[in-house]
Amino acid sequence: MTEHDNCQNMLTYLSDFVDGELNQELCLQLETHLSDCPDCSIVVDTLKKTIYLYQNNSKSLEQVPDDVRERLFRCLNLAEYIKPN
Amino acid sequence: MDTTNIIEYSLEEIKSGSRAEFAKLIDAHSHQIYRLALKMLNNPQDAEDVLQNTFLKAFQNINRFEGRSKISTWLYRIATNEALMIIRKQRPEVNISEETEEDNNDINSPRQFIDWCCLPESEMVSSESKIELDNAIQRLSDALRIVFILRDIEGLSIQETSKVLNLTETAVKTRLLRARLNLREQLSAYYSDRLMAGEMNNDRT
Repeated sequence: MTEHDNCQNMLTYLSDFVDGELNQELCLQLETHLSDCPDCSIVVDTLKKTIYLYQNNSKSLEQVPDDVRERLFRCLNLAEYIKPN
Repeated sequence: MDTTNIIEYSLEEIKSGSRAEFAKLIDAHSHQIYRLALKMLNNPQDAEDVLQNTFLKAFQNINRFEGRSKISTWLYRIATNEALMIIRKQRPEVNISEETEEDNNDINSPRQFIDWCCLPESEMVSSESKIELDNAIQRLSDALRIVFILRDIEGLSIQETSKVLNLTETAVKTRLLRARLNLREQLSAYYSDRLMAGEMNNDRT
């Protein structure tokens, strides 16, 4: 198998690997490839960072804005339950 | 990542018509639905329409919810359909539930190999960077964007995502990988520039 094949093979398992859902044997194979392939190492690290940044960014939307919530309750005829949440 | 606000409500009472309990269900899940709609449509007015229609339909159909999935998965499914209806009004050709040839093609190989993970956190989460994160996700096709939002932003499992979208788990996995790799390419291009700009500034001092 050429080095290019190994890199293509890595892509197949990339999502399962970053999600920690790859079985032990494939995980070991992939980690061995990563230790020899700086480019694939960078792909894995920057992919993990990409997902982290989106997850982190969404934390700023943990509540619906008050005015949006109020209109939602009114439109559902639930105005009597609009109290500070 | 389960971001359900910890508000308890009784499904039994909601099914019996309790409006007070339904109000609690709204406060437990509305942020998830609003966030999904905002990320999918990138327009606060459209997102608010999706939010209102989702809970209106949930209220009308709560007795049809059999409890075989999480209630959040059921709400995400209603909301996704509502969001797609808005998208189809603008672009009738969009059909994300149909498996396309694209799902079977090879995955594009990565092209950017600059390691930008060493950038300071403050640089990565600056307001300018957040705009780029939003722009990058909007450049994904609708089919890829909804999978990334459900799986990586809302934290649904592959199985839950496939139920919401009525797709096979294989199609969800393929689309997720495409979406993730596409976003990585876009962020790599952006943050590499930030990295080089930072190095040039350091060289000057």
